[in-house]
Order: sequence, then structure tokens, then C-alpha cells
Amino acid sequence: MTNTDRSGEFTAGVLTILPVLVAVVVYGLLFGALAAQKGLSPLEVTVMSALVFAGASQFVAVEIWTSPPGVLLLALTALMVNLRHVLMGAALAPFIRGWPRGRTWTALFFMTDENWALTLQRAGRTTITPAFYFGLALPLYGGWIACTTLGAVFGAVLQDPARYGLDFAFTAVFLTLLASQWKGRRSLFPWLASAAVAVTAHSLLPGVWYIVLGGLAGTLVGAFQGPPLMPETYRTASGGTSDAA
Amino acid sequence: MPPDALARDALSVDVWTFAAIAAMAAATYFTRVFGYLLVRRVTVSGRLASALEAVPGAILTAIIAPMAFATGPAESGAALVTVLLALRLPLIVAVAGGCLAVVGLRLLLL
Repeated sequence: MTNTDRSGEFTAGVLTILPVLVAVVVYGLLFGALAAQKGLSPLEVTVMSALVFAGASQFVAVEIWTSPPGVLLLALTALMVNLRHVLMGAALAPFIRGWPRGRTWTALFFMTDENWALTLQRAGRTTITPAFYFGLALPLYGGWIACTTLGAVFGAVLQDPARYGLDFAFTAVFLTLLASQWKGRRSLFPWLASAAVAVTAHSLLPGVWYIVLGGLAGTLVGAFQGPPLMPETYRTASGGTSDAA
Repeated sequence: MPPDALARDALSVDVWTFAAIAAMAAATYFTRVFGYLLVRRVTVSGRLASALEAVPGAILTAIIAPMAFATGPAESGAALVTVLLALRLPLIVAVAGGCLAVVGLRLLLL
């Protein structure tokens, strides 16, 4: 591939991801502000966004953040929240398998709901080049780091976040993410099981084990909901903004 | 707060915070590469695939359930408002609407 082809592909990727960046700006600022309220410094927010780069799990982490943080619980929760990446990586595999090895492992680091959905959308029409993929991924990555950091710088100044309903912002963010995960009747029983176990565990157990226990209950019930919709339906079902980064 | 104290504060990184972030990053990168590695050997199908598919929704439900169902009528009402807005409007509007609703309902239901 010539250099012109490559920059053309990269530009195509950047133009494709632009509309998504609007959401990233808003969620990024909000995340940074909430993280600052939990006592994370702007630099810590930058480091988290740069190393983890997964919006939903970062929101969850900050929600359950304690001082000092529970390292094992945070890692376990990130693992659970991001388990969907396993399915996404499996669906993406055929299109990035032929790339040079270093690029494949780097591409997987940058895999998010948004650029994954847009990549699979394009894969139906044409070959996916690394230049296109990184054209999607790098603006998203840079934008997420910049906006979360900005949010942390200014969010620390906010007094009494409950006055603006910001203590409800986490719940609202997760509810919207959840709404985009609805897959019809097959979602009903897993979600009911998860909610019931989570509410019970929340009232009986200290800390945030209710997340892991509720999640496990929902997953177990989910195993018995008939054959999965993967890959095609999962692809279209999560085409929306189901993750902040 | 003196300016240099603020600057040092903004650039501070606590050891345990960094350890937690590094652990989260490792767990997250593992989920990103694992699916790719998996399909080189085995096909994920049947109950395992159904279970994996249910994970994100189950986790998100578990996270919101205590706040949405067991905190108070204002929070439950605002949760309902958020979901209804999310069905039709951009997700960001739904988040903003939910936050406004919780402020309003708390005032009304005092």
C-alpha cells in the first residue's frame, strides 16, 4: 500500500468516528468530574483513561472507589464489566488476523464498542486496513484522555454535587447503557435475577460485592436463554453508544 | 489553597491508586485479547456464548439496582424518567433529564 492510500484510509477512519466524539466529550467531562469528587487527581484520571480506556468500567470503578482503593475488587469488577470484549474480539478476529503481529495486539488494546461496531459495519463492504482502524481509534483515544482530564480539573471545584443531581449521574449513565443492551425477552429474566440478587446482597453484605453477585446471577440465568444472537445480531444490537469510550 | 499546592495536588499519583489502575488495565486488556485468542482454537457456542452475551446487561443491572429500586421514591422515579428518555432521545439528554428529575423529585417528595 502506498502512503497516499494509507493517509486516505486514515482520514476515512477519522471522518467515520467524528460523530461519536460528541458523546465522548460529554461523557468524558462527566467522568472526570465524578472521579475528582471521589478524590482522584487529574493526573490519576489521565493515567486511568490512557491505560484502561474503557468508559463503562471506568465509571463503575469510580462509583465503587474507596480510599485506599480495593485493588482486587476493582480488577475483578473491570474484568466483569468488560467481559463483552471477549465476544467482540472473537467477532473482530477474522478481519485483523492477517495484520503484522504488533499491529494486531495494538489494535486489540484500542478496541471499544464504538470503533468495533464501525469496523464491522465497514467490513461488510471492504477490507479493513490498519490505517482505517487506527483512524477510528486514535481520535477516540486522544479525545477520551483529554476530556476526562479536563473534567477532573474542573470537577474538583464543584461543591455539593447532589445539588445538581450529579450523585444520580452514575445511575443515569448506566441506565442508558443498559437500555441500549436490551435484546428483547431474552434479556428479561437475566436482568430480573441480577436486580433481585444485587438488591438483596446490597442490604446484607458490606462493600460492593453486590455487583459481582448480581452479575453472576444474571449471567447464569442468561446461559439458559436459548442460542445466543452472536455474531450478526449482537453486532447491530450494540451499534449505539453502549460505552463511553 | 496556594497555587503550588494545587499544582502538586493535580499531578499527584498515589501508589495504591496506581496499583488499582494497573490491575484494572491488565484485566481490561485481557478481555480485549482473550476473544481473539479464543477463536484461534475453539468456537464459542451454546450455553457459554449465551452466558457471555448476558454478562454486560447483568453487570449493569446489578450496578444500578440498589440505587434505582432500594434508595427512595425520588431515585426510582428518576430512573424511570431516564429509561423513558433513553428510548427516544440521545443518551446524553437522558442522563441530563435523569439528573434534573432526581433534583426535582427530591424537592417535591421531601
